[in-house]
Formats: sequence, C-alpha cells, structure tokens
Amino acid sequence: MFVSLKRIIRSGWSNFRRQTALSFATVSIMVMTIFLITSLFLFQGTTNFLISLLEGRVDISVYFKKDIAEDDILRVKEELSQSPEVKNVEYISREDALARFIEKHKEDLVILESLAEVGANPFLASLNIKAFQASQYDAISDFFSQDPYQELVERIDYFQNKQIIERIFKISTSVKFAGSLLGLILGLIAVLVAFNTIRLTIYSSREEISIMRLVGASNWFIRGPFIVQGIIVGAISTLLTLIIFFLILFFANERVEAFLPNFSPLGYFLNNFFIILFIQLAAGIGLGIISSLIAIRKYLKV
Amino acid sequence: MVKFQNTTKIYNFHTLALDNITFDVEKKGFVSVVGKSGAGKTTLMKLLLAEEKPTKGRIFFEGQDVHKIKTGHIPELRKKIGVIFQDYKLLPSKTVYENVAYVLEVIGADDAEISKDVPHVLEVVGLADKMNNFPKELSGGEKQRVAIARALIHRPDIILADEPTGNLDPYHEREVINLLLKINEMGTTVMLATHNKEIINSLRRRVITLEKGKLIRDEEKGRFIL
Repeated sequence: MFVSLKRIIRSGWSNFRRQTALSFATVSIMVMTIFLITSLFLFQGTTNFLISLLEGRVDISVYFKKDIAEDDILRVKEELSQSPEVKNVEYISREDALARFIEKHKEDLVILESLAEVGANPFLASLNIKAFQASQYDAISDFFSQDPYQELVERIDYFQNKQIIERIFKISTSVKFAGSLLGLILGLIAVLVAFNTIRLTIYSSREEISIMRLVGASNWFIRGPFIVQGIIVGAISTLLTLIIFFLILFFANERVEAFLPNFSPLGYFLNNFFIILFIQLAAGIGLGIISSLIAIRKYLKV
Repeated sequence: MVKFQNTTKIYNFHTLALDNITFDVEKKGFVSVVGKSGAGKTTLMKLLLAEEKPTKGRIFFEGQDVHKIKTGHIPELRKKIGVIFQDYKLLPSKTVYENVAYVLEVIGADDAEISKDVPHVLEVVGLADKMNNFPKELSGGEKQRVAIARALIHRPDIILADEPTGNLDPYHEREVINLLLKINEMGTTVMLATHNKEIINSLRRRVITLEKGKLIRDEEKGRFIL
C-alpha cells in the first residue's frame, strides 16, 4: 500500500516534469481560473464595503422646536434606542449644531459674517437617526407624526430626502444582485475552461491509460498519478496566483486608498488571507482532482 | 490451462473474426497459431486478455471463465498473462527501464527486486545501453525487444506472443524464439502467433492453423501449411 502510494506520487511528479508544454498550459489556465475566482471574491468584498459606506451615510434628522428642553429630547432618544429598527441615534444640541456649522465654514468669511449678523444661535437641536434598512425610515418618521411627539418636532428632513434614500438602497440591492450573478457566470466559465483543459491533457494520455489496463494495472494505480499531477498543478497555480495578487495589490494599494479613503485592498487581502488561500486551493486542487477523475473514467473501460 | 469453447467473434455485427473455435492449451505447452493476416490470431489473444468479449462461446483461463470476471478484477487476470503485442504498446512517456519496471510495480514487487531484475532482462534482450531512452527514440526491432522484456519480466503463467519477430532481423529473430523456448522449458506456457514459415517449421511443436476465422488444422509437431 505504502509502496504503491510512493510509486504513484513519483510517477505523477515525473509526468508533470516531463510533459513540460502540457503542464505549462494547464498551470496557466488554472492560474487564470483561480485569478478570476479570487477577483470575484475581492470584488464582492469591495462592493460590500462601498455599499455599507453609502448606506452608512443615509440617515434622517428630526429637528425639535426651540423651546423644548434637552431632557425631553434625551428621553425621546432613549425611547428610540429601544426600537429594533434603529441602529444608532445621535443627539446634536443647538450648541453642537452651531459649533459644527462654524467648523465646517471656518474659511468662508461671508457665511461667518452673516451668522454674526443673525446674532443668536439660529440652529435647532436634533436627533440624527440611522436605521438598519431603508424601509424602516418610514416607520421612524411615522413615530414622530403621532401624538406626544408631534408637538415637539419642528420638522423632519426625511421627506426631502426620501427619494434619494430609497434610490441608494435600490442601487445597492441591484449592485449586490448583479455582482453575485456576474460572479456566478464568470466562475462557471472559469471552471468549465479548466475542466476542459484537464480533459484534453487526459485525452492525450488515453492510449497510455489503455496500455496500463492491458498490462494489469488496477484502476487506482492508473488514476493515482493523474490525481497527483492535478494536485501539483493546483498547488503551483495557487502559489503563482497568490504572488500575482500580492504584487498587484501592493502597487495598486496607494492609488485605491487615494480614491477610496478608509479602504485598503491590500489590507483586505491580508485580513482574509486564509479564506482566500482556502478558496484558491479548493478551486485549484479540487478542480484538478475532480476533472481528472471524470475525464479518466471513459478510458478505463478497456 | 487455456480453453476456447465454441468461440465466435463478430466485430461490428458483420465482420466475422473467429468462427466457432474450440481448442485447449495444456499447462507448460508451446502452441503456435498460424494464419494469414486477418485470420483471427490477434482476436484470439484479445479475447483471452478480456480486451474483447466473444460474440458466442466461452474462454477459460486456469479454470476461470474470463468473461465472467468483473471489471474490477480483470487486473488480477492480466497480471498472470505476459503479452508481446504486435504493435508493442509501450508507454510513450516512460523510458525503456520504466516501461519494463512498470509491470513489476503493478504486481507490487519491491524496489530491490525491480532494480535487480530490470537491467538483467534488458541485458538478455540486448538493450542494456538503451535503458534511459524513450520508445520514440528506438527502432521498430528495439521496441519489439522492449515489449518482449516487459512480457516476461514478472514471470507470468502464460506468454502471448503476437508476431514477436515481425520487425526483427534474422539474428534477433532466432534469439527471441530461443528465449521463448527457454522460458517454456522453465515452465511458462507460450502461445505464439506468427506467419513466419521458417520458424514454425524449425520448432516442431504444436501448430494451430486458422483461415478466415476457422480452425482448419491442429497438429502436434505441425508444419506451416497454408
């Protein structure tokens, strides 16, 4: 048993080494396949990040009348935080609002001057509310249209933003859907190309397989070296793809970071390194083994 | 040891290759099968090797009906048969040494045995200096001698030799026949298919003559008559 395994491994390795052109072709196709599958994974990660970034920016602000006491507002905040739809509530007092305005426009003298002209603090205290899902903003704004609260509220900016909010969520849902669909199709194509390449390499060995049968080799003794070859091709392709990805991300990182602050592709890659490695090995070696087994079956019937 | 019982083989529903053949080969026997090309010599061997199924009749090897063996157990049958194929059937991606060693690996021989026996057999067939060449680098005669080495290295119970001298010069031809005789003396059954008249006449062994798939003559100490 052990002797057979040793012979199978040795034979698989020597086939890989001797059929240089064939091995090169298979490895390059495999690298492309694994590259595509990894890209899809990274693409998924990036779009999810962008969508959550976009969704995080969506909120509604409820402005309270000037004469409402801070305690009352904080009580409303407390109540809102209990609700399961609400992700986060932030209280912005009138002073905070003024300070933020000044900070934002500190270089715009005209605005600051007109603010000084007004004299008193023109801003209203507000609650900034974030929900988990876009559909929940409706419910939140309804909450303020009912009785004890209605009187406290000066205005809600949800109605002005309603369309934009809904559109953002619609876009993010379609992007997620299209991304998954595209990923599925491209992944399928990649898998089929790899599968057919392996089938062709085994087709070129069909005569050899039948000779092996005729001199009395058992099916596993014949399959073994092909499986070993598949593992070698998968492992080498994974290694190459990892190196290629690392280099690309290493050099692209700065540009992407300039374009998308807070998002580092290289960081994402390294954080998910083991998942990516697992996906790549599973794709490379799994495809190699399964395709070999399927392709070889036909020639073992002698 | 080998028994063909009313065996008929028809290829593709209309090409009659063997027509109701019946004969036995006893253990340690030496049988020559002669006939023009297309007479059915190779089909006979394919049937015994379970490479083809008979259309009618049965074939026994060591008491076992060859075509009742399940696919998974066919290797066990083939390990007991050494075949010198007419078209050599060498493994193109393996060297001469590896081609011969492969059969020993298949039967599970240990490494020490392989590294001792293979060079020895290659020396016997005169290919010691071509051990590391690939089949495509050999002449027809050399390939044939590799096929011979491969067929006998694992000391099979029977050797099927399908035109083993077809590509050899008279010197090597004589050598190969002497080798087969020697192996036979040591107890291995030999079935030799050939259309070489001189060899058959010099052997003075049993000869089975096929013509158009029919067994027309089966004589002890036969001669080549067609």
